[in-house]
Amino acid sequence: MSRHTLSVLVENKPGVLARVSALFSRRGFNIDSLAVGPTEHADVSRMTIVVNVEDLPLEQVTKQLNKLVNVLKIVELDTNQSVQRELMLIKVRADADSRSHVLELVNLFRARCVDVAPDAVTIEVTGTVDKLEAFVRVLEPFGIKELVQSGMVAIGRGARSITDRSLRALDRTA
Amino acid sequence: MTEQMTGAQALVRALEQVGVDTVFGIPGGAILPAYDPLYDSKKVRHVLVRHEQGAGHAAEGYAQATGKVGVCMATSGPGATNLVTPIADAYMDSVPIVAITGQVASKAIGTDAFQEADISGITMPITKHNFLVTDAADIPRTIVEAFHIAASGRPGPVLVDISKDALQATTTFSWPVQMQLPGYRPVTRPHSKQIREAARLITEAKRPVLYVGGGVHKARASDELFELAELTGIPVITTLMARGTFPDSHKQHLGMPGMHGTVAAVGALQRSDLMIVLGARFDDRVTGRLDTFAPGAKVVHADIDPAEISKNRHADVPIVGDCKEVIADLVAAIKASAVKGDYAEWWRHLEAYRETYALGYETYEDGSLAPQYIMERISELVGPEAIYVAGVGQHQMWASQFIGYENPGSFINSGGAGTMGFAVPAAMGAKMGRPEKEVWAIDGDGCFQMTNQELATCALEGVPVKIAVINNGNLGMVRQWQTLFYEERYSNTDLQASRRIPDFVKLAEAYGCVGLRCERPEDVDDTIRKAMEITDMPVVIDFVVHQDAMVWPMVAAGTSNDDIKYARDMAPKWEHED
Repeated sequence: MSRHTLSVLVENKPGVLARVSALFSRRGFNIDSLAVGPTEHADVSRMTIVVNVEDLPLEQVTKQLNKLVNVLKIVELDTNQSVQRELMLIKVRADADSRSHVLELVNLFRARCVDVAPDAVTIEVTGTVDKLEAFVRVLEPFGIKELVQSGMVAIGRGARSITDRSLRALDRTA
Repeated sequence: MTEQMTGAQALVRALEQVGVDTVFGIPGGAILPAYDPLYDSKKVRHVLVRHEQGAGHAAEGYAQATGKVGVCMATSGPGATNLVTPIADAYMDSVPIVAITGQVASKAIGTDAFQEADISGITMPITKHNFLVTDAADIPRTIVEAFHIAASGRPGPVLVDISKDALQATTTFSWPVQMQLPGYRPVTRPHSKQIREAARLITEAKRPVLYVGGGVHKARASDELFELAELTGIPVITTLMARGTFPDSHKQHLGMPGMHGTVAAVGALQRSDLMIVLGARFDDRVTGRLDTFAPGAKVVHADIDPAEISKNRHADVPIVGDCKEVIADLVAAIKASAVKGDYAEWWRHLEAYRETYALGYETYEDGSLAPQYIMERISELVGPEAIYVAGVGQHQMWASQFIGYENPGSFINSGGAGTMGFAVPAAMGAKMGRPEKEVWAIDGDGCFQMTNQELATCALEGVPVKIAVINNGNLGMVRQWQTLFYEERYSNTDLQASRRIPDFVKLAEAYGCVGLRCERPEDVDDTIRKAMEITDMPVVIDFVVHQDAMVWPMVAAGTSNDDIKYARDMAPKWEHED
């Protein structure tokens, strides 16, 4: 098994997320992470889907996704040729004694403190999966009260855009 | 053209504009607004069925007999959910149908309103695409898109769910409308490099086989297939969905592959060094245990659906495209090739399989009827110009094996889904689409009892179909598995035919049809002729057959095609091996 990151451009219509996620579960593929959001084009949403599959099932999943009428384009993003980020918010136990230690780690990881209470701080951190995992490990001894994490979003490096051509097709039909 | 009208009127007008002449359906609360303008339509004939499942299968039969998109209509909630089985059936067999359902008013959606069901959610995995329309202005465009999606590329079912308020609202109807499907671009032109590579493999192969599926007829490519077969001399195998696409009488035709295929067809695939797979999808009923299927064969796989290629079996030469173009291009490439294939040695083996293991069946000394004999006689007397329709089970396999098909599309049945109850309504739809054709449903007594209420529709609408019920008093195929794999423990397969509950002849008469019964071989011909003479009423024939008749050959589920039996415990000897 290996992790693959798919960028999927879809029409911004109701039910598209359900169609995509139902397809994964129906065909027996597990999604590690899924993030959806708007793009520079109002009619187009972009999903970043991380799946853990062999190459052959990945080909099948891509073909099946392509058959969905609302899917405009699918690109697999190579880890080395793309920037991949996740966002995490963590609430950590931190009182007067431990707060400075926690804040030191926040600085080391280039994270940000977004809320402070007498016995806890809430930290915002972005990065790759590895970085976030490392950050959680160093905070664990202080006591993690709550943690929430976004799906991964990713974008290819360099000047090329995956949206250009798909958007032209969309403009033609509009 | 621009006009003010209700969403319902716009729906009916759009249906007329896309060329719909027949709709099968049942009205109800949410779809009611649409039925009012439908009442006035001069172009669309609505056929009032007795159950929505019948409407869906009738639309499938109509679509397969005509090549056009079949249409069915139902109300929200249970009306719509009754369409689920035929929609799933059409999805599995790639049949172009459009299902139009009423939905509760848009403000009530999600409130568990009376007769509310999330039918677009329910049918998401069994439709090619579906739509939920809540704005009257979207109705005409959605109808055009639905018909386009259903009929193009790999055909399939499309559902259009329309909320009641959208049907009632006033809108501006303008025609023509522009489709908005930026993500839908089926590929039909095959890649020339792949065609050349396929042609090279074909001319170099020693033991090639043409494995022909339903996609060839859907592409209307039987003429091209005929030319390819005659040009190359390669043996042809037609799957259940492709029966008739290549004439059964042709000397290169080895029959059907798979679980109940001929020994020659199964043996040819197993020993082939090249499979040229055209519009077929390596269904498990064809391949048997996948890892032992045709182990020595390279694969040229052509299909209009890229997702079918290398899904179950790796394709050495993948060709995405419409079979009509693919086969025409293959013919041209092979004609241009200097190398000619020599398959004389291959044919020597195949002829031996075909002669030694020809299809046969058991006859009974007690004078009871062998179902296979009925098929042979129907085939002989009714002939290849008719359309035959079957459900699923033993009767379907016998209809495939013992009726000779010469014309594409002359055998309509429930292949992928295996839907009991398919035959009666599908035959009705086929007959309405092709009234000039004689249409014979071959049905089982189990199947028949699932949808025979449509006999009423046939009688009232003047649809003179013939229904040959192969009545062995059992859920025959299940019983066959119980005989073979469950130590003859016949759990819940006995329909108690001897008690004649119901009496199919009386049932036919009660439905305004002619009922005939035949129990002895010597009466078969007369009964068939009598049915043929009746052309103004539907006819039901109760063929009472021996309950122990089994379908052979058989590859047991999950086993290798190499372990095919041509009769119980009788394995062919593959001694013609070199």
